Amino acid sequence: MIEQLKTFITGELGIAIGIGLLKSLIVVVGALLLVAYATLAERKIWSWFQSRIGPNRVGPWGLLQPIADGIKFLMKEDIIPRNADKPLYILAPFLAMLPALLIFAVIPFGELRLGGYVLDLQIVEVNIGVLYIFALSSLGVYGIVLGGWASNNKYSLLGGLRAASQMISYELVLGLSIIGVVMTTGTLSLRGIVDWQQQRYILLLPQFLGFVCFLIAMVAELNRGPFDLPEAETELTGGYHTEYSSMKFAMFFMGEYAAMIGGSAIISCLFLGGGKAPFGWQLSFVPGPAWLFLKMMAFIFFFMWIKATFPRVRYDQLMSFGWKFLLPLALFNVLLTGVLISAGVL
Amino acid sequence: MQLLHFVIFVLFCLALAGGILVVSALFGNRQPHAVKDDTYECGLPPIHSARVSFPLRFVVVALLFILFDVEVAFVYPWAVLYRKLGPLAMVEMGAFLLVLVIGLVYVWKRGGLDWE
Repeated sequence: MIEQLKTFITGELGIAIGIGLLKSLIVVVGALLLVAYATLAERKIWSWFQSRIGPNRVGPWGLLQPIADGIKFLMKEDIIPRNADKPLYILAPFLAMLPALLIFAVIPFGELRLGGYVLDLQIVEVNIGVLYIFALSSLGVYGIVLGGWASNNKYSLLGGLRAASQMISYELVLGLSIIGVVMTTGTLSLRGIVDWQQQRYILLLPQFLGFVCFLIAMVAELNRGPFDLPEAETELTGGYHTEYSSMKFAMFFMGEYAAMIGGSAIISCLFLGGGKAPFGWQLSFVPGPAWLFLKMMAFIFFFMWIKATFPRVRYDQLMSFGWKFLLPLALFNVLLTGVLISAGVL
Repeated sequence: MQLLHFVIFVLFCLALAGGILVVSALFGNRQPHAVKDDTYECGLPPIHSARVSFPLRFVVVALLFILFDVEVAFVYPWAVLYRKLGPLAMVEMGAFLLVLVIGLVYVWKRGGLDWE
């Protein structure tokens, strides 16, 4: 029995399962740590923008605050309203969190070198990585709509509907704005797009129009920044998560932040060359994941910055901006890229 | 091999999200109370159910989304092969997009994109 177990663990399948588990552990734990510390960073950064100090009680410089928050969420009473649709009410936070985590499967984080071993942190390399990401980001809507509907609360229902309508509108722009990148690189694989940029040039300037559309659409897709209407607390109390408490509320929160971190990784890979050193610097001692990490941090800071700077837009402004301005602009970008490629410029 | 890693990753995420739900059900205390478990409406007793009809606008947006999303799905394979297909493909895709742009302009003029 023990002999059989031994041959299984050292066998091909056993090692493959072991590596898969190790990769999943590193990616998921890394993502959750980033989520936890993104909340702290957000509170700190906003407090600086508003001339406050921010969290500074738990641990030095408030560094243990996310852990304290996590424990507190766990210990809080989990209220399920009497009128709520119980199965869907429980399912919704699960559905809101899952797609955001699953997106991390196709992001090319780069390789981790430990001694003589090389561990590729990308879980799976698929040639339709971009399509996979869009499929999953559409699924994120379900958790929010179900949460809003199942709560049986008018604020939640309105918040959920607003969120759905906003997310599907901006998802179109998101999908259209990267067609220029796909046309230039000729691949739907995220790894392929990063490799293409590493061999030639980064696509930030050649695809600037697409980049701007993608960035704005992503802020709206993540329900953040000036586009956080689904949770507009001044008019909808908490939007779709009004009735949620305890860990279920935390799961909505984690889903939102995980989507933000995944989104910054995706935009870094698509337009900024992922793990490539900027300006063609020859710094081979810096590992690829570090560059990707720095680029992601820049985007995460950007998301916090615009939320602190711009007031929330009105709902009709939001919808007409997406349909009447960004969508035609993204369509124009497809035409422009096509013409430029045919002319031999790109 | 890669597929196996993906399956493990999916199971890992499922276990994590499910695990959080279970752990929170185990740890949190629960003291039900008639007022506490009622629907939140800023402290007042809730006025009838939230199962109400909502503005038709949302349905219109959903319909438009389906149209344009299918369009985007058609453009992806074309975009991958664009360098091989050459400039003629641009003309063909231009014609396809034009039909949809006409649709967008029509909806726009009919007021389908306005939220008074």
